Amino acid sequence: MSKTINELQDEVIEDFSLFDDWMDKYEQIIEFGKELEPLEEDKKVEENLVKGCQSRVWLIPEDENGVLRFKADSDALISKGIIGLLLKILSGHKAEEISSAELYALDEIGLKEHLSPNRANGLANMVKKIKMYALAHQAKD
Amino acid sequence: MKEAAMKFDIEKIRADFPVLTRKVHGKDLVFLDSAASSQKPKQVVEAISNYYLYEHANIHRGVHLLSQEATSKYEDARKKVASFINAKNDHECIITKGTTDGINLVASSLGEHCVNEGDEVIISHMEHHSNLVPWQMLCERKKAKLKVIPITDDGELDLEEYEKLLSEKTKIVSVVHVSNTLGTINPVEEMIEKAHDVGAYFVVDGAQAVPHIPVDVQQLNCDFYAFSLHKMYGPTGIGILYGKESIMNAMPPYQGGGDMINKVTLEKTTYNDLPHKFEAGTPNIAGGIGMGATIDYINEIDWKAAHEFEAEVMDYAHKKLSEIEDLRFIGTAEKKTGAISFLVGQIHPYDMGVLLDQLGIAVRTGHHCTQPILERYNIPGTVRASFGIYSTKQEVDQLVQGVERAKRMLG
Ligand SMILES: Cc1ncc(COP(=O)(O)O)c(C=O)c1O
Repeated sequence: MSKTINELQDEVIEDFSLFDDWMDKYEQIIEFGKELEPLEEDKKVEENLVKGCQSRVWLIPEDENGVLRFKADSDALISKGIIGLLLKILSGHKAEEISSAELYALDEIGLKEHLSPNRANGLANMVKKIKMYALAHQAKD
Repeated sequence: MKEAAMKFDIEKIRADFPVLTRKVHGKDLVFLDSAASSQKPKQVVEAISNYYLYEHANIHRGVHLLSQEATSKYEDARKKVASFINAKNDHECIITKGTTDGINLVASSLGEHCVNEGDEVIISHMEHHSNLVPWQMLCERKKAKLKVIPITDDGELDLEEYEKLLSEKTKIVSVVHVSNTLGTINPVEEMIEKAHDVGAYFVVDGAQAVPHIPVDVQQLNCDFYAFSLHKMYGPTGIGILYGKESIMNAMPPYQGGGDMINKVTLEKTTYNDLPHKFEAGTPNIAGGIGMGATIDYINEIDWKAAHEFEAEVMDYAHKKLSEIEDLRFIGTAEKKTGAISFLVGQIHPYDMGVLLDQLGIAVRTGHHCTQPILERYNIPGTVRASFGIYSTKQEVDQLVQGVERAKRMLG
């Protein structure tokens, strides 16, 4: 039985509870980026870009027997880490689970509060794009 | 150390800028983003707050005392800034919202005055978008051609190519005095002479020059010179467009409204004299009064010594940064001031900026409103450290340590 979205969120919160210093948290975020499945070079195109990020972030969904898996990459390690963190939580679930997920972990680890408005906007757009893909996928079923 | 720089009392200067004592993310603030906007000394802020608390009234309009006082303070500020850049006449200094506003005014009004189909306007490859987009818009409107002076790998203007671009078709040349991304000081004085030889007008974007080097508009013999007060320790939303009287008299007005008129009937309006012809509507009075206080502040401290001190800090930064392995400078012109752009290995400037911020170090990352420069060097952006009269060598050391630490995390 694979873990639920909320179980995964709790794990992330647990991971971050070890650190008080944001430099350490960033170290952890960068690690999440390294765990991403690699994205093929030919997928790094305009239409797969997440809008409103200060660096380029590409994201694509793949359907695996009713389970949505995402691949992503970025030219900046911290953005890659942030999308990595999101996908650690949200990738590999049914579309309706993803679209209805409530992301409390981002508040809990202080990420949302920590980011400047500009960058928080980038984060919000990543979440939005993941959920949009999930919704579009549900509509197809 | 030069004698003047030795006399310069950096601690006294820093005490004028209370923000410098702030902590960010629990660390001492190291503010290295003055090119985006400098910090403000207490003296300027107090002048603005006094005006609002005790002196406010609209200007140029009232017979009452408050209005007269505010008017004379505002007009005194114009005189002070005119003398600061050595303009021949006060009324050659149009008070604007800033550099962008000034350049848009020239592009629109001078463009209307002298650019026709088939004519050419010249800019350079290192322009801020503020000195690029208005000219593109003008050329589109007039079916004129926009020509671009190329830059060398070092980030200097290619002056041979510039001369080749000049012809009797050239109507306007507009070039940045100091590049906000590369730090290059361009030889505008000799470029102006060459433009005048073919009968073209020359506009200078001085946003990054006025804070760092002496500017004498008569010696430069430029036709227009635009800058912003907020980059030189003054308030936001206020700037100067210097223009030669004879040219501005021949130009059509820019915006219509109050203050810029002589007589209005429903059929026809005649326009006010300079500078009011180009200053429609109630201006940023508080900003103008803050501008006066800024020039007072500059005149009070030893501006020359401040610049020498700043130049030493910048030399030190070049030296220390160059000792970081894999660091490369973007912009290695012989003459630089104000800003140092760099990249470290393959590290994205955004990552570097986020981690430096975490360490209390404010730098700018990204394209700095000069996207064509990034395209020229094929880079995603730069990390830019920029300096002011309050910057110190200790802050440079903190920057260097921060870059080393970020590099270990991102390498
Ligand atoms: C070289 C240069 N030109 C123009 C501008 C635009 O100045 P402002 O935004 O104050 O109008 C800037 C600053 O952003 C600049 O650095």
